[in-house]
Parts: sequence; structure tokens; C-alpha cells
Amino acid sequence: MTTTDLLASVLRKRSDALLAEWMNTQAAGLDGSARSRMTREELERECRQFLQLLSKSVQGGKLAEANTPETQALLRYLEELSRTRATQGFSSSETASFIFSFKQPLFVALRSASGKDADGLADEIWAATEILDALGLHTVATFQKAREQLINRQQRDLLELSTPVVSLWQGILALPMIGTLDSARTQIVMESLLQKIVETGSQIAIIDITGVPTVDTQVAQHLIKTVTALRLMGAECIISGIRPQIAQTIVHLGVDLQGVTTKANLADALAVALKRTGHSLNG
Amino acid sequence: MERIPILRMGQFLLVTIQVDMHDQLALQLQDDLTASIVRHGAKGALIDISALEMVDSFIGRMLSDISSMARVLDCATVVVGMQPAVAITLVELGLSLPGVSTALNVERGMSLLRTLGFQRNGE
Repeated sequence: MTTTDLLASVLRKRSDALLAEWMNTQAAGLDGSARSRMTREELERECRQFLQLLSKSVQGGKLAEANTPETQALLRYLEELSRTRATQGFSSSETASFIFSFKQPLFVALRSASGKDADGLADEIWAATEILDALGLHTVATFQKAREQLINRQQRDLLELSTPVVSLWQGILALPMIGTLDSARTQIVMESLLQKIVETGSQIAIIDITGVPTVDTQVAQHLIKTVTALRLMGAECIISGIRPQIAQTIVHLGVDLQGVTTKANLADALAVALKRTGHSLNG
Repeated sequence: MERIPILRMGQFLLVTIQVDMHDQLALQLQDDLTASIVRHGAKGALIDISALEMVDSFIGRMLSDISSMARVLDCATVVVGMQPAVAITLVELGLSLPGVSTALNVERGMSLLRTLGFQRNGE
């Protein structure tokens, strides 16, 4: 099995030459914005570490089994690396090219080490390609996962941010909605509003949709559901802040908002609510 | 056999559901309540479901039915104290209980019953 030893020995013996060549390839490939996000020293450190781990892990022309400590360390290192890249704002192709750019220097080194043996060289290159492809795919998968986690967290933050229920008056709650309404958000909005109604014993809730950019049938459906749930609990609901375009859309969509009190702005809604709860404002 | 007690307060009836409703119990309540309305000539019935934490479509329809039956017998019905989770469930089941009057708590429910009864007398 001469083929297998060649790859491992190239990785071990020529690591310095490989590193230098690899650094040059990457420096040429990176554009200005990527270069500004990370220094050459950082990149060199990462490359060196990756090379060390790789040469430990490569045995017999392929990666050692996934459960061996060497391979585990290599995979963990790549995961860590792609997570860092994801948060630094690198694109997925930039992250993947970290691994793939290593192919060229490695192939060159293999070629010079294998001499005239063309068949042996082809085998070596195939083995090396398989290893690097697997590592590259792993990096991209982790990168994607890290990105998804980031997006999920931001979505959660947004949900928490966007559902304040405020008490306007004794027995009158207001819910200023901001941003696009989807099922998940409406569910949370509905739950927090109903919970607040129970806690405060309020009779009237005003849902203000001034900050909602568009209303489609689904959003309207959600609003109607909220109003119905409020009525079932024995509270009343007023929808306010309906902009001219939204009024037009609602009618064009054929959404039936009859039985729901609607007002053009929050002030009017508050006036109605005060009247219904028996308060009066003088002056 | 367990039953849901129906208490009489003047011309009103008070029903407090304190246990988990199952179908048989719901049907029994329907029988008992309609019978009591006729026996006492009640003008209003207040159903407190604040302890009810789970509903299905059957119980939802039962609430709606009881209210319609009472209306036929010239008795106003108010359902009070529905929990948020129950309200959401009913809405998601598509049961908006049209024609059923609701109130936040027993106190508000009683005053609503009085207004409803007063309106009827005024007619």
C-alpha cells in the first residue's frame, strides 16, 4: 500500500511548504472585504492548526474512523472554525473555499513526491479529493447550522420585543402591533393579551395596527380570531389605526369585519372605550 | 353518579363547573338545567367555567346549545370566566359561540344578567 503512505508522509514531511503555498493560494482568492475581517496571522494560525490535525487524522489514504479521537478533534476544529466564520459574516462559499483551496498545494506536493508513477498519482489525488471534499461539506453544513441558529435567535428576540400589552386606563388595555403578522406572532400576541385580560380584569382591549405594513386574508383571519377569543372571555375588542390603503385592501379581499368595532386612530378608540366603561373626560 | 350542582339565586340560576367535563356530564347538565329553568321560572342562568381548563368541540357545542335552549325558554344565559387557553382552543376549533353572552367574572356576569333581564321586561 504505497499510495496510502505517500499522502500521509507528504502531509507530515512537507507541512511547512504546503502551508506557505496554501497561504498564497488563499491570499489570492480572498477579496478585500474578507481580508479586512481577518489578518494574515490569524489565517496562518488556523491553517497550521488544520494541517496538524489533518496529518494526525489521515491514516492509510483516508480519514480515520469518525469516532477516533484524532478525527473527532479535526471535525470539532472545523465546526468551531465555521461557526466563527458565520458570526464574522463570511459567506458560505468563502468558508468552504478555506478547505477547497488546500487542494491545489496538496496536489502539487503529491505530484512532485510521486515521481513518474502516473497511476499511483491518480490514486493519491482521488484519495486526497475524497478527504478534502468530506471535510469541506462538513464545514459548510456546520456553517449553515450556525447561520440558522443565528436567525432563530433573532426571530425569538423579535417576538419578545414586539408584543407589549399596555394598560391605557383602568379596565382598558392597548396592544400596539408593529411589523408583519404571521401565525406564530399572532399566537403569542393573542396569548399575552388574553393573559393580561385575566390578570387585570380589563373589559376592553384596543388592538392598534398602525405599525402593520400590510394586511392580507391571513392577517385579517388572525385579527378576527383574536377578537372572537376576547369576546368568549367576556371582553370587548376595538381595532384601531386602520390606514386608508388597509381599509381598501380589507374590502377588496372581501374580509368580513362586521361585528368588530373599528376606528381610524387610537384616540378615537380610547374615547369609545372610556365611554363604554363609564368614564368621562371633561374639557 | 356525579352531577353539576345548579344553585338558585332569586330569579337566576348559578351553575359552577368545577370538574373536568366529559360528554355524559355535559348531557346531564343540559337536562338538569333546562328542567330547572322551567321548574323555577328562571329569567337568567350564569355558567361559571373559570375552573374548566380543557374543552373539546363537544363541550363547546354544548355551551352553545344550552344557551340556545335557555333562550327558547325565555331565560338569558351568560358564560363567565373562560380561561385564555380555552378561548383560543374554541376559536381554533371554529366555534365562536355566536349568540352566547360572556363576561370576565361572576360579578360582571350577574350585572350583565340583570341588564339582559331588564331589557326583556322592557320589551
